[in-house]
Amino acid sequence: MTSPSDPILAMCGIDKRFSGVQALRSVGLDVRRGEVLALIGENGAGKSTLMNILGGVIQADAGRIQIDGRETTITDVRHAMALGIAFIHQELHSLENLDVAGNIFLGREPRCSGPLQRIDRRRLYAATTPYLERLGLEVPPNTPVASLSLAQRQQVEIARALALEARILIMDEPTSSLTPAETDRLLAVILDLQAAGVSIIYISHRLSEVRRVAHRVEVLRDGQNAGSLCGDEIQEQAMVRLMVGRDLVIAQRTPSQALSERFEVQGLRTLAHPHTAVSFSAFAGQILGFAGLVGAGRSELAGAICGMNPRLSGEIRLAEKTLRVQCVRDAIDHGIYLVPEDRRKSGLIGAMSIRENVTLPDLRRYARAGWIDRARERRAAAKQCRTLNVACPSVEMPVRNLSGGNQQKVVLSKWLSMRPKVLFFDEPTRGIDVGAKAEIYRLLRQLADRGVVIILISSDMEELLSVSDRILVMHEGRVAGTVEREAFSEETIMHLAVGSSLAEIVEARS
Amino acid sequence: MKKDLGILLIFVVLCAILAVLNPRFLSATNLQNTARLIGMFGIFSIGAGFVIITGGIDLSSGSLFSFLGVLLCLGLVDYQLPWPLVVIAVLGLGCLLGLFHGLVITRLGLQPFIVTLCGLLWYRGLANFLANDSTKGFGNCQGFEMLATLATGNLLGVPIPFALLCVVGAIAWVVLHRSVYGRYLLAVGQNEEAARFSGVNTRRVITSAYVICSGLGAVSAIFFAFYANAVQPSSHGNFYELFGIAAAVLGGCSLRGGEGSVVGILIGAALLQVLKNLVNLLGIRSSLDFAVMGTVIFFGVILDELLKRRKRDRGMRKSLRANAS
Repeated sequence: MTSPSDPILAMCGIDKRFSGVQALRSVGLDVRRGEVLALIGENGAGKSTLMNILGGVIQADAGRIQIDGRETTITDVRHAMALGIAFIHQELHSLENLDVAGNIFLGREPRCSGPLQRIDRRRLYAATTPYLERLGLEVPPNTPVASLSLAQRQQVEIARALALEARILIMDEPTSSLTPAETDRLLAVILDLQAAGVSIIYISHRLSEVRRVAHRVEVLRDGQNAGSLCGDEIQEQAMVRLMVGRDLVIAQRTPSQALSERFEVQGLRTLAHPHTAVSFSAFAGQILGFAGLVGAGRSELAGAICGMNPRLSGEIRLAEKTLRVQCVRDAIDHGIYLVPEDRRKSGLIGAMSIRENVTLPDLRRYARAGWIDRARERRAAAKQCRTLNVACPSVEMPVRNLSGGNQQKVVLSKWLSMRPKVLFFDEPTRGIDVGAKAEIYRLLRQLADRGVVIILISSDMEELLSVSDRILVMHEGRVAGTVEREAFSEETIMHLAVGSSLAEIVEARS
Repeated sequence: MKKDLGILLIFVVLCAILAVLNPRFLSATNLQNTARLIGMFGIFSIGAGFVIITGGIDLSSGSLFSFLGVLLCLGLVDYQLPWPLVVIAVLGLGCLLGLFHGLVITRLGLQPFIVTLCGLLWYRGLANFLANDSTKGFGNCQGFEMLATLATGNLLGVPIPFALLCVVGAIAWVVLHRSVYGRYLLAVGQNEEAARFSGVNTRRVITSAYVICSGLGAVSAIFFAFYANAVQPSSHGNFYELFGIAAAVLGGCSLRGGEGSVVGILIGAALLQVLKNLVNLLGIRSSLDFAVMGTVIFFGVILDELLKRRKRDRGMRKSLRANAS
């Protein structure tokens, strides 16, 4: 075994310009054999650009790359793979119509002799099994990938990288859609691979994970090296300071006053869990957190309340009045809005301008006899962009050209330009950098203080614990329990999320 | 309007070439006849464009022209019904069939291609059946001279179909580019789910596009029937749906939906008719006319794509700079 101090990769003086914009300025990065290097930085700091250069997706304008001490120019993705560099993207690229083995050996299938070159299934499956075992993925090699969970698909991609004999594994936000348990398993696999001599470049916004797995942390800011940390220096405060270039104060919230106005849901059943009825109530002025594992039915519940998904039964009441909500329009007319999870897919219309996106839910207000008053639209959009700090040259810009954080702010502008009474946020900070996150938290607080009922669905435990006034935990479609602020702890919530009842938890404690 | 420049350029260049090569192009009779064709094709092309903007397609228009044409003849000639009644019935039936397409597509979730393909087969078959496989004519238009004059006549020298196209086009422009409904239509075509999250009744918007398409189709059907003065059920309107689709695509509608302009569609429809005219006037063997049209559409779409790509790159660069600053 080689000693872990051998440098396997050294990049230095990497420059990259995109049509007039300097994306990377003389950036350096080195990775040693068998270490986990975390690469962190805000959105737009240049992480992806740097990794795309390493993965052969794009070429650097200047700079040197050494692999095993030998100077190389990575020409394309194929070349990068041949050098032992594998890139696991945030959005997985597995082919759903093939089975596990087919994905792992795509393009390199063992073939039978003969003119038809049939795939030798026996050899294919036999070759796949060891990789699956090594990763602890307990599925037969002929399982269709379509039937696997997100976490399992990711493991298939890792297996593919291993089958390609990757020595450097780049993982871009690998845990962004995993449950806490799956995250734990993935981190264990990473440490395993690292012990076996594979080097891992780990990109993540979740600093607690970085603290758990990384040996070293390299921070990028505005396309330059902002500093690095190793060993005991890897603390969240220190990472944040390097990322944003200053100390970030996440406002410690003062316990807020629950107003008397109430939002109540009673006996609601959704298609996802037709046999469990959910009831809960939230108060104006408070932030109610929704915790639970992926698939616990939180998004479906929110969708059903807001008229997106069909509701099998159930009543929705606001301030003692029962509301009739048959479709999204009804919900919007009652002031109940949903900020959806996937902003590119459901929150925004990419090719439309900021102006058109902001006014879409309330377009009739900007129109007289069906004729849209564009000047009014423009004023409203510009006003929202100013209040939310959206960085854009003009409101006529298509939203797909904005950065992730700015896109999310446009989604928020859309709803805040009206009069929200109840606002559901589904994973509002996923894939958003620390600075923008803090702004969104501040906004949630302001809205609550203005008397809006805020319901925050999140898989980020720290976020829930620091932002919510009360946390409701869901498990398999039912409300497993509600935890008041005084009783907040990660442990209690996790227990509820996996299905233990509150009584059991209390019992276990005593 | 900038995005229509490409197609406008092709159109103008083509007209100029044609005028130089054969001055007869600019003769009053030729212009009048071409304008009449542009009117008839343009009206239903707008409907085809609306459907394409929602991300759908309507393949049934050509058969619909034959079916409604046969019904028109039956009602006017065989049953001697008062013409306003027949016209209203034909227009109403057109809208109803569009409603049927739209409802099947949005409620049952079937693909527009399949639903309207079935429509293409149905209406053609029904037309053949109702006409007993024989050509239906208007004879000497006894009892409905007024309708015949309206459909084939001129208004101050302008063919009535073209005059009507100007009116329909102006209304369609306002609806698509300035009204709430038009914004919804584009939004649904771009991203149906996001539109639904914003409270747009996406099913109703999509269904209405099919109603508009078949409704305008019914208007064109009446013109086509009187233009031919007879309806041969098995060939009347054959391939016309493709003219509508081609006009929309040439005019900048994306088959993926969410993109398109009324001015573009109109120029697209006009371009196709001028091309047909070109084949005639330049003495090209008429068997080649489809090939000529295919070639021009092919290069037109390539040019449009190149222009779009350039614009997108420029937008990208602008935003990168903005993000960096």
